[in-house]
Amino acid sequence: MLKLDRKLLRDLSRTKGQIIAIVLVIASGVATFVMSMCAYESLVTSKDYFYREFRFADVFSAARRVPNSMEPRIRDLPGVSAVETRIVCDVLINVPEMTEPATARLISLPESGDNRLNQLYLRRGRMVIPGHAGEVVVSERFAEVHNFSAGDSVSAIIRGRRQKLVIVGIALSPEYVIQVQPGNIFPDDRRFGVFWINQRDLEAALDMTGAFNSLSLKLARDANVDEVIDGVDTHLKPFGSVGAFDREEQLSHRYLMDEMNGLRGMAIMAPAIFLSVAAFLLNIVISRIISQQREQIAALKAFGYSSLAVGFHYLNFVLIISISGTVLGTLAGFWLASAMTRLYQEFYKFPVLEFRVDRLAVVLSFLLTSAAAVSGTWFSVRHAIRLPPAEAMRPEPPASFRPTLFEKMIPSGLLPATLRIVVRNVARKPVKAALAVVGISLAVAVMILGNFTLDSLNYMMEFQFEKAQRQDLTVSFVEPATQSVIFEMSRLPGVSDSETIRAVATRLKFKQHSRRVGIIGLEENPQLYRLLDTEGREIVVPPFGMMLNSALAAKLDVRPGDELTVEVLEGKRPTVLVEVSAIVEEYAGLNAYMNKQQLHGLLRESGVATGAFLTVDSNRLEGVFRELEMRPGVASVVIKDAMVKSFQKTVASNILVMRSFIVLFAGIIANGVVYNSARISLSEQSRDLATMRVIGFTQNEVSTVLLGEIFLFTLVAIPLGWAVGYGFAGIMISGLETDNYRLPLVISRNTFMLAAAVVMVSTFFSAVVVQRRISQLDLVGVLKTRE
Amino acid sequence: MAQATPAQTAVFRAREITKVYGMGEVQVHALRGVSLDLYQHEFVVLLGASGSGKSTLLNILGGLDVASSGTVHYLDQDLSTASGAELTRFRRDNVGFVFQFYNLIPSLTAKENVELVTEIAKNPMDPLDALEMVKLTGRADHFPAQLSGGEQQRVAIARAIAKRPSVLLCDEPTGALDVQTGIIVLEAIARINQELGTTTAVITHNVAIAQMADRVVSLSDGQIVKIESNASKLAASELEW
Repeated sequence: MLKLDRKLLRDLSRTKGQIIAIVLVIASGVATFVMSMCAYESLVTSKDYFYREFRFADVFSAARRVPNSMEPRIRDLPGVSAVETRIVCDVLINVPEMTEPATARLISLPESGDNRLNQLYLRRGRMVIPGHAGEVVVSERFAEVHNFSAGDSVSAIIRGRRQKLVIVGIALSPEYVIQVQPGNIFPDDRRFGVFWINQRDLEAALDMTGAFNSLSLKLARDANVDEVIDGVDTHLKPFGSVGAFDREEQLSHRYLMDEMNGLRGMAIMAPAIFLSVAAFLLNIVISRIISQQREQIAALKAFGYSSLAVGFHYLNFVLIISISGTVLGTLAGFWLASAMTRLYQEFYKFPVLEFRVDRLAVVLSFLLTSAAAVSGTWFSVRHAIRLPPAEAMRPEPPASFRPTLFEKMIPSGLLPATLRIVVRNVARKPVKAALAVVGISLAVAVMILGNFTLDSLNYMMEFQFEKAQRQDLTVSFVEPATQSVIFEMSRLPGVSDSETIRAVATRLKFKQHSRRVGIIGLEENPQLYRLLDTEGREIVVPPFGMMLNSALAAKLDVRPGDELTVEVLEGKRPTVLVEVSAIVEEYAGLNAYMNKQQLHGLLRESGVATGAFLTVDSNRLEGVFRELEMRPGVASVVIKDAMVKSFQKTVASNILVMRSFIVLFAGIIANGVVYNSARISLSEQSRDLATMRVIGFTQNEVSTVLLGEIFLFTLVAIPLGWAVGYGFAGIMISGLETDNYRLPLVISRNTFMLAAAVVMVSTFFSAVVVQRRISQLDLVGVLKTRE
Repeated sequence: MAQATPAQTAVFRAREITKVYGMGEVQVHALRGVSLDLYQHEFVVLLGASGSGKSTLLNILGGLDVASSGTVHYLDQDLSTASGAELTRFRRDNVGFVFQFYNLIPSLTAKENVELVTEIAKNPMDPLDALEMVKLTGRADHFPAQLSGGEQQRVAIARAIAKRPSVLLCDEPTGALDVQTGIIVLEAIARINQELGTTTAVITHNVAIAQMADRVVSLSDGQIVKIESNASKLAASELEW
């Protein structure tokens, strides 16, 4: 080993405390990066495999009843490579251990046995045998939640007739990697499942012989999606089509993409934060070492070591640290990613979901950390390279100080000399002080970033499900129901209040923007389903005009007063112009609202409803369920409380795990910055501090000088960190915004306080460690030497 | 050994003190049984070559270091058994230090360096009075980087005496200074010894300075080899070296 390398190792071991702190900061960034990238890669690989091998369709459409004779005409559309027609229908089912009904989506399987698109991956049991009535294959999530296995049965109420369904197999479908019931914003696997059933069974039950109501298409490689969609719409228009859509609007696919985008966002944000902190820490450590070793550098050069050799010596020092951080972080990232993949296996149903190493991420993280480390220390290292030996032999000129502006504002005598030392030390190196403050504030920001989502979710849940929606049950009908049906329902024993809605599929157009949206017609003065503005104030439903939620308004770029073109996609398909009267606040979906009477007029129909909101006496819920189940017109019943609770349960367990990691990461940043800053200050001021000890200052008084600086930094950094965290949270929220849901930017006081507390505790612990060093100051030695 | 005359009060009484440093694997005997009294108001010069033990002795007297064996008393206080906190208290209340390299706090002005001490002392003088004693009131608002070496050392002296210490311990106070400047610094020390009556011990290897002292203690190899009393003291300006 070269002697210069041996010196390198000894220098490293002498500063090991500081180096460990920096290595941990780098490792945290790399771990988050590698974790997100590997988890992303694992999801992409699994998704691509599943989509490809099980022929996930590219375009989807639904209609009321299309004769099978239409199928060849759609297959002949240019760009279409395969077509599958099906019968799909949502029905209520009774599951033995549940009092409330669940919703099953029944999907027909062709008589030939195999479906051409959206093929099933059979996990257990067998496929249904054509001709065996009442056999079903059930989606795995639903089966798992209810502990179903082959041979179990459930009773379904299809068009008012109770029918026993025997489970023969458990399967996965690329179409339902995530199962979200329409009308819900979260998956609720207990109350919504997908059942595949013989086509003949459904044809008979729904009177659909010789017809289909659902269409999936696979596109040719060079197909134009929009042209195919237009072609499909033209063909299916007479059969009550509500418009074809591509994968981007397919629910399961969209949820999957949202999660993957979140991982991407994390992969960018984490290294940016952690590596900039690491670059700063390396900078202060290296510049201190180089200034301490000034005379050694002179000696090395005097002996004939080239400037380049000296430069590499210090660069190696930096690279050893950054590479150690990368290696540690990569290993931790692999571990986290494999844990994450296991977690995903519970949520996302893929035939294979394996942890995959993203090699590019490993290479990238190595390059990124090296670049951050070298750029952070380049100026100091260059200083060492350029230092002429003769000049380096002389000690550095004494530091010059001047009174600070801050002191001029304070009457002399009020500021003790010890604090004056603190203020002037900070003022003499404003850049270092500013970077330390920014570093600590990043720790605060990371804490906020990791914790605010719960605040936002809570706010959103309260806004959406307590203030706006106050129903207990949402009932939707298979076909628009007449007034008498609704009246009867509102009189069911236990139902205390009811409200009806009329939802209709439309395409809204404004300027060049266009969007497939359901318009919801509300009663005059709705009390169960209220429209609110951003501040939570109720918006009165006007007799005329349309209200859009803010997300839809933004997508279409409309303001109140603008006139929208509404193409109704049902019935007589009228196209009309409607003025936008108000924008309402909602955190889920893209919705448009109208007065129900106006909507009836527009559709030229009498008062019908597609759904109803009910409030129910909680003691009589079960009776209401029994009644609703038996009504042939009822397609689904969503229980608001159950939906909210199931969501909160999922979120709570995830957030707990995430929160502990975030606290760890924030602690690592805060400790890294505080400990290193304090150690550097101790090293720079050890002579002053020893002198003060000799003069008669106690250890605690001397600590004031050293730790005063750190506490000052922390004090300034906390409000700054709050602001930075707020900004980061805003960026994160807009990045996570999807058509499915949006999060309001809400950060609770508790989150702010927790962030401050964690950083203060970290600061305190670093301070204690550094303070112990003060007791080890060599009082005698330091006085004998000139620095 | 010269013993105390009944008329004089011993401020310090050191008896048979030894000091052994463990320097890695070798043991260095810095002091090998030194007994010495320092009296009120006297000006003592500790003379010796480098490594003779004079700094170790001064550090033990000043409460910076503790003897390996033997006893040291400051008036009635036993320094050899004092705790770290007690030694800090002792230094804070009773001892003024002057070092070879001044050890001023670079971020504080001359006056503020003095205030650093007056703020924590029980019965301090006005910082400007302390600076007046070393004739530096004109440079009170200068930072150390703006002062010459001699000026810095005089600020250090002002800082040492501002608490009205009962002893002033100076370790090579002129070691880093040229002759001219050194004399000015020594004049300041002598004036304080006379005007305030502070017991003063100055370490030097410069024999000429010994002529200023009441008594000269010579050390060699960790032992006192000679104690002489000067019949007549010279003023600093009369020294030649």
